[in-house]
Amino acid sequence: MSSVATVDEILAVSASRLLEDGKLVFAGVGTPLLASILAQRTHAPRLTIVVEGGIVGPDIKAGELPVSTNEMRAGRHASTLTSITDIFLMAQAGFFDYGFLGGAQIDPYGNINTSVIGDPSRPSIRLPGSGGANDIATHCREVLIVTAHERRRFVEKLDFLTSPGVNATRLVTNLALFDFAGSSRRARLISLQPGVDLDDVRAATGFEFETAEQIRILEPPTTGELGALDELRGGAGRTAVR
Amino acid sequence: MGDHSLRDKRATLAEAASLVKDGDHIAIGGCLLSRTPIALIREVIRRRPQRLELSRNLACYEADLLMVAGEITRLTTSWMGIGLPWGVSKVMRHFVESGQVEFDEWSHLALGLRYRAAAMGLSFLPTRSMLGSDLIRNKQVKLMADPFTGEQLCAVPALRPDVALIHVHRADRYGNGQIDGYTHMDADISRAAGRVILSTEELIEPEELRRHGDRTTVPFFTVDAVVEARFGAFPHECWGAYDADFDAIGEYADAVAVDGPLAAKQWLERWVLEPESFADYLALFGDDRIAARRATAAELLA
Repeated sequence: MSSVATVDEILAVSASRLLEDGKLVFAGVGTPLLASILAQRTHAPRLTIVVEGGIVGPDIKAGELPVSTNEMRAGRHASTLTSITDIFLMAQAGFFDYGFLGGAQIDPYGNINTSVIGDPSRPSIRLPGSGGANDIATHCREVLIVTAHERRRFVEKLDFLTSPGVNATRLVTNLALFDFAGSSRRARLISLQPGVDLDDVRAATGFEFETAEQIRILEPPTTGELGALDELRGGAGRTAVR
Repeated sequence: MGDHSLRDKRATLAEAASLVKDGDHIAIGGCLLSRTPIALIREVIRRRPQRLELSRNLACYEADLLMVAGEITRLTTSWMGIGLPWGVSKVMRHFVESGQVEFDEWSHLALGLRYRAAAMGLSFLPTRSMLGSDLIRNKQVKLMADPFTGEQLCAVPALRPDVALIHVHRADRYGNGQIDGYTHMDADISRAAGRVILSTEELIEPEELRRHGDRTTVPFFTVDAVVEARFGAFPHECWGAYDADFDAIGEYADAVAVDGPLAAKQWLERWVLEPESFADYLALFGDDRIAARRATAAELLA
């Protein structure tokens, strides 16, 4: 078995380690959900997952990962099934500790664009839109941005600001980990993924970022973590689809 | 609307779809791949309405089909795609980027509160969502000060669709509708819309429905027509009854990824215009395929 983790695995593992036990995490499908379930199965057994479809505390079946936040796989054996509006109103009321976001464009302040590329009045690319991203960004206490590290994604200025970075606390990529705790509130590199150096990150980032005084090196995914991810995906990165 | 009595509102798909008029704003219940009222949408498209506006919290390829049919001018939503594994629809991109269809974007909660404001009989609701974002460039939004604390809030206007299409698990002949699992935004939409058309997996006797009145999400007096349409959301899911048919959705996604609107037009012909009745449409899938999705739903929730 290869010990080289994929980008998705590195993201899921790095994100999962940021989740403390006993908290509530608002997770979308894909990497956020994988990271959250992985945390439950490793260091955070009392972490509760909340999903946009009005779902609290689902028991996601290994090999049956949901393809949307509003399908039976996401709601399976949930302790609460309510409406979409109600789950977001609970977020607005301040119940949820963490929210996960990704995005087509991310600026140095953790603001995110998932709406349009180009001029908003006549976009060159119409993206799917906010969905719950704007609400998660606004209402969850800590927002973790998780994304593959690509230069075109990290821009100084967004074409459109879909989700504000007001509550962004971490930016997790396959190259590095950033916070926003510096005096400028711009992304600040605090850790590197193993085998990555600072110049690699600079070359792959379209905006200037700060660096912490002491830069840590993250632990690579353990065989235990990778094994758990494999099991969740039903082996070899499979989802329920085809 | 005068008659609020308990009256028999059973209708055929064609009768129900005739409640949709040119220029109407139609709200579609369910969410993305869940409880999409496919049987009703099929029938609406077949009547060739003009200049419809559409709203749905997360829109799936039913909106593609209305676009290639040339029946909608505007989509109000928080998100539109085919689904995470299949990505953004080339069809939606074509119609929106070319300016043929307006994409009116709201946050998911903001859209939910627009329906809820209407459901509450108010003209707006306040929220912190969308503050500090470009989504409030939207001219229908107003910033306001909380009258008690002075906090800045975003006021979103009530959304009152002309017609709502909602698929439920069971209903009686008066239009009392019960939903299993998550309700998405359907309770609010049913109260917000001027006319409400229900399709239901099963029509049951009023006496039977009354035994579980706590399960009634849509009360009869909001409803104008109720149609029995078993598997009425297929190939999308209906909680506990059947799982989505991902092969069917993947087949559509693969086709439009290559040929865009042309493929969607062919899809429209094959799945909407050619099969005359909903039974003809279901027959294209075949009993075995539907039975397999029913079995998966039972397994998943066991």
